[in-house]
Amino acid sequence: MGEVFEPNIVVFACNWCSYAGMDLAGTSRIQYPSNLKVIRVMCSGRINPVFILEAFASGADGVLVTGCHPGDCHYISGNYKTRKRVMLLEKLLEQFGIEKGRLRLEWVSASEGERFASIAREFVEQIRKLGPNRISEELRKEVALV
Amino acid sequence: MLAIIPGANCAGCDYSLLDLGEKAVEVLMAVDIAYWPTAADLKLEDLEKLPDGSVDIVLFEGAVNNDETEEMAKLARRKAKNLVAFGACACFGGIPGLANVASRDGVLQKAYVKTLSTLNPNGVLPSKLTRLGDEELTIPEFLDTVKSLNQVVNVDYYLPGCPPPLKLVADALAAALSGKLPPKGTVFGSMKSVCDECKRVREGKRIMEIKRYHQFIPDPDRCLLEQGIICMGPATRGGCDAVCPTMNVPCRGCMGPTPESQDQGARMLSALSSVVGLEVEAGLGDEEVRKIIEQIKDPLGTFYRYSLPRSILRRVWGARE
Repeated sequence: MGEVFEPNIVVFACNWCSYAGMDLAGTSRIQYPSNLKVIRVMCSGRINPVFILEAFASGADGVLVTGCHPGDCHYISGNYKTRKRVMLLEKLLEQFGIEKGRLRLEWVSASEGERFASIAREFVEQIRKLGPNRISEELRKEVALV
Repeated sequence: MLAIIPGANCAGCDYSLLDLGEKAVEVLMAVDIAYWPTAADLKLEDLEKLPDGSVDIVLFEGAVNNDETEEMAKLARRKAKNLVAFGACACFGGIPGLANVASRDGVLQKAYVKTLSTLNPNGVLPSKLTRLGDEELTIPEFLDTVKSLNQVVNVDYYLPGCPPPLKLVADALAAALSGKLPPKGTVFGSMKSVCDECKRVREGKRIMEIKRYHQFIPDPDRCLLEQGIICMGPATRGGCDAVCPTMNVPCRGCMGPTPESQDQGARMLSALSSVVGLEVEAGLGDEEVRKIIEQIKDPLGTFYRYSLPRSILRRVWGARE
């Protein structure tokens, strides 16, 4: 049976731009894959790197971080901090053996429903190509041994 | 009764006990030593003969990295009324825990074959069993993943540091001797970060350049991080009186994560992202920001120097050298 791999993707969305953008995609009846599990946070700057590490450790195949475009942050500079964190995390995750491309940062404004949907489609396909994140499975085995 | 049991350690923790000076004498006068291979001539059998749960305080030093240290950890738990993870290695895996960047085979290859100073033409690696004529010799076998003590057995108290700060050791031993031990699970140390104890002045400056010590002479009174040196202070538990930053050495994180964070590296990553290059950021494109971030060469080795086995991801996964 050639079953298609359906990735598990965690999306962090800021309350002011990106979540509203996803809402717009919904109210405009734009189709996008249902692989995304959206978590709303007040600001992309609220996303502690621990959230992202925990997501990967507990079985996420990909993590998509979204926030307001540079200059548009409701809290002035939250998204700038996120940008640096994600860049540094990309480097760290690669060292940990998590393939490049499983973590992605995108700016989505409240008016960009279509853009969000296309990012979502593209990201799901990208993760589908990368295949399942086996780390959480191995990690669970490792923890079970303890 | 007191027992000091070594795991994968360097005996540096023993020195911190001896550094207590006269206080060490006081402690040693007050207790019977059940086992302490570094200082007392007692054999493992002597410890094994004691009834389970009969040793009041067991200090376990070092990480768990092979089947022997794993056995020692279990023995320590059986004999102990109170088991203390003594030092950074027992608490978080410590320096031996950095072996988690490679597999067991990768570590052995590096140590016994690939290093330039090694001459091993036949590629002989340590193996559990060796036959010499009629004799069979066994040595401990490395685990694929190095663990902290509490990933093997339940731990009652934690005394981090590399080596544990004298003041904390004295406090802990005094508490044990007077029978006034804090609730189980307590970490001896501050509830705040190293920065809280550091006397250096923070000016709230942002940094554009990550620097290393050979490149300049840092101002002795200003925060090292704000001068561009990666100092683990913000992500590290205090209790050491910030000895390293006081002596012009950046904090390396041996006291482990701060009480509110589960992952020392993630905390440091956050802190560093907040101080690097913010002032001018509105005008910077992604590539320019990336250039600043790229100056941090080895986030894993720097942020998790003492705590890789206790981090969320624990080890390096996938194809490993």
